[in-house]
Amino acid sequence: MTPLRISLAAALAAGVLLLVVFELIRSRRLQERYALLWLLTGIVIFVLAVWRGLLSNIADLVGIAYPPSALFILASFFILVVLLHYSTVISKLSDENRILAQRLALLEHRVAADGEQSPKGLSSHES
Amino acid sequence: MIRELREAEPELDVIVIDDGSADRTAAVAAESGAQVVSLPYNVGIGGAVQTGYQYAVKHGFDLAVQVDGDGQHDPLEIARLVEPVLDDRADMVVGSRFARGGGYRGTPPRRVGIHLFAAIVSLIVRARVTDTTSGFRAVNRRAIELFAADYPHDYPEVEATVLLVRRGLRMMEVPVKMRVRETGSSSITTLRAGYYMIKVLLALFIGLFRRYPTLEES
Repeated sequence: MTPLRISLAAALAAGVLLLVVFELIRSRRLQERYALLWLLTGIVIFVLAVWRGLLSNIADLVGIAYPPSALFILASFFILVVLLHYSTVISKLSDENRILAQRLALLEHRVAADGEQSPKGLSSHES
Repeated sequence: MIRELREAEPELDVIVIDDGSADRTAAVAAESGAQVVSLPYNVGIGGAVQTGYQYAVKHGFDLAVQVDGDGQHDPLEIARLVEPVLDDRADMVVGSRFARGGGYRGTPPRRVGIHLFAAIVSLIVRARVTDTTSGFRAVNRRAIELFAADYPHDYPEVEATVLLVRRGLRMMEVPVKMRVRETGSSSITTLRAGYYMIKVLLALFIGLFRRYPTLEES
């Protein structure tokens, strides 16, 4: 069985994580889309910290003698998933960024070409 | 669709937002005499719709009607949608499939989702809302400006309704008949539907803890 103090500390940490994520979404610094995985992580860790029998069963199932290690491994797994998710997000962003740069360059070129074709009056000073 | 729109409401400008389609959507739309705004890549329904509202702000429109491009929304119903806005009885009018006089049959899970959101939104805005996922809407200048500045992501209709009411604008529903979409399939598959449902529920829940300045204050 997991020592009570470890369970309490893990539950507290998960609770803090959930609160921070909640506040980040509320203040619009984190979009719901990117918060869902964090919320899932926080909820799973919280549940396993509080429901100590389930954690022991999971540890038994995969042959981990010391249940808190199972909690640790599970948390690492979730962080890995979040990181992988971010890698896909970055890939998408860099793709979109490239497309934007290309569109902007082509637009600038067209604006410059238009300017040469029909030169406006030289002086358009504002008083 | 565009031809129908122009026949039904010849005095309206038709703006087509092309959300990064790879097919000839933009060319076909331009040929039918619409103004076409093509996004460089897919930004999702929320971002695309907001682009339309930004166009409306830039061009000084006092009235905008949001219509899905797949033929679900009958242009002949636009007159009924616009009427309360012109009479200044509402800032946004939503065409509802479920309000009295509308007729709609969809698959059961879809209906459950739509009704669940209707119940939640009705609670939040303290008024009876029957169809929160309808994208058939008419809005006045105030709502156009609000949406151009602040519009939800992805599947935005539910959140947009709440946002509008919480910012102190008036929303109202009008029953409309919706048709079977002519082209394309629903962009929501079952798995995605689950994901978006959770996402929108989360957004609604957290939205309850936000303080929204009403337009007069901001």
